[in-house]
Amino acid sequence: MKIKEIAEKIEGKVITGEDRLDEVVEKGFAADLLSDVLALTEESSCLITGITGPQVIRVAEVLNIPLIIIARGKQPSKALVESARAAGIPVILTNKTVFETCGILYSNGMKPCKIKIFHGVADESSSFVD
Amino acid sequence: MWEEKFRLVYRVKPMDLASAGSASSQIKVELQRNGIEEDVVRKVGIICFEAEMNMILYSTGGKLKVEVWPDRIEILAEDDGPGIEDLQKAMEPGYSTAPPWAQDYGFGAGMGFPNMKQNSDVFDVETKPGEGTRIHSVVYRSKDNETP
Amino acid sequence: MKLHNIVEAIGLKVFNPGVPNYGNIEISGGYASDLLSDVIAGLSKGDIWITIQRHLNIIAVAKLKDAGAILIAKGLEPDKNVIEKATEEGVILLGTNLTTFEAAGKLYNLLKYGEVR
Repeated sequence: MKIKEIAEKIEGKVITGEDRLDEVVEKGFAADLLSDVLALTEESSCLITGITGPQVIRVAEVLNIPLIIIARGKQPSKALVESARAAGIPVILTNKTVFETCGILYSNGMKPCKIKIFHGVADESSSFVD
Repeated sequence: MWEEKFRLVYRVKPMDLASAGSASSQIKVELQRNGIEEDVVRKVGIICFEAEMNMILYSTGGKLKVEVWPDRIEILAEDDGPGIEDLQKAMEPGYSTAPPWAQDYGFGAGMGFPNMKQNSDVFDVETKPGEGTRIHSVVYRSKDNETP
Repeated sequence: MKLHNIVEAIGLKVFNPGVPNYGNIEISGGYASDLLSDVIAGLSKGDIWITIQRHLNIIAVAKLKDAGAILIAKGLEPDKNVIEKATEEGVILLGTNLTTFEAAGKLYNLLKYGEVR
């Protein structure tokens, strides 16, 4: 799905990265905790989140995340908008919840990204498996 | 051939949650600019980000150091305390002692150490309650160099 | 939709099936968040709360908001004391290997279109 189509489907507003609206994003990932995002093993997934601080953009930079969707009607901090603009990363705001945003994009064909699964409560013997 | 090429050092301030990741994203840019391989940059970026977040939230401040060698990147995160009470617990995925308010900043997934370990070729942590924590990580730059 | 239909359709794990009458709980929607303050503000009664949080606080929050169930994503498992507390409080704890995104997508489709797709 093109970024502009994503924005339409979730009735969102693009606030940065307006020059990248024709880029295609095929996968999605939802998280509110940065380490959960940092555990992502695949690039090219968009991030659907409820955090609004500039740290999100720094994670996106480190992981080459192509699009950030801020849900739950939250207003991003000024620092986030500035960082996103400087990094050229598109940000979409939507009043829908993270749940609805995931639901709408999933039902429109957006794919989940692959993750590493940790089975159970880890001890020394547990390991990552795909 | 085994000489260090360059070194990046950042001071990490405690409790400055809004700056989380600023050192790491600068490190990423510096490594990219110096032509370090993309997958290596990504791994180092993730390790630094986690180390940086830990220092901000839990320590009284510390230093994040990245050394670039021809065959590897060395990451050293050292803080001045207070050390980790139960390191074994801290290594468990999902275990976190982050206070609920810190979650609003995205902290406290309990994936810090697991993420660092996952992206490192060599990973060790030394910690002493009351003193400090020292995280050492190595990421090799290519398969051929794994046994220098 | 009844909880047991959802558990079957998506293939969810139930950590505490001993909670009386669990399968008949009526589920009306979903809420996905790892931020307790957002859940307290936004979750509606009868929602399945999708999260990767597994600490004891989630039980109190689910209880406070009358969540239909808690679904822990990404293959993570709660500690025994969390499961025990959930059972004591009558809160259903579910698990899945899916990410929050995919679990939310499937639940959304199921509730909206009657199938997981």
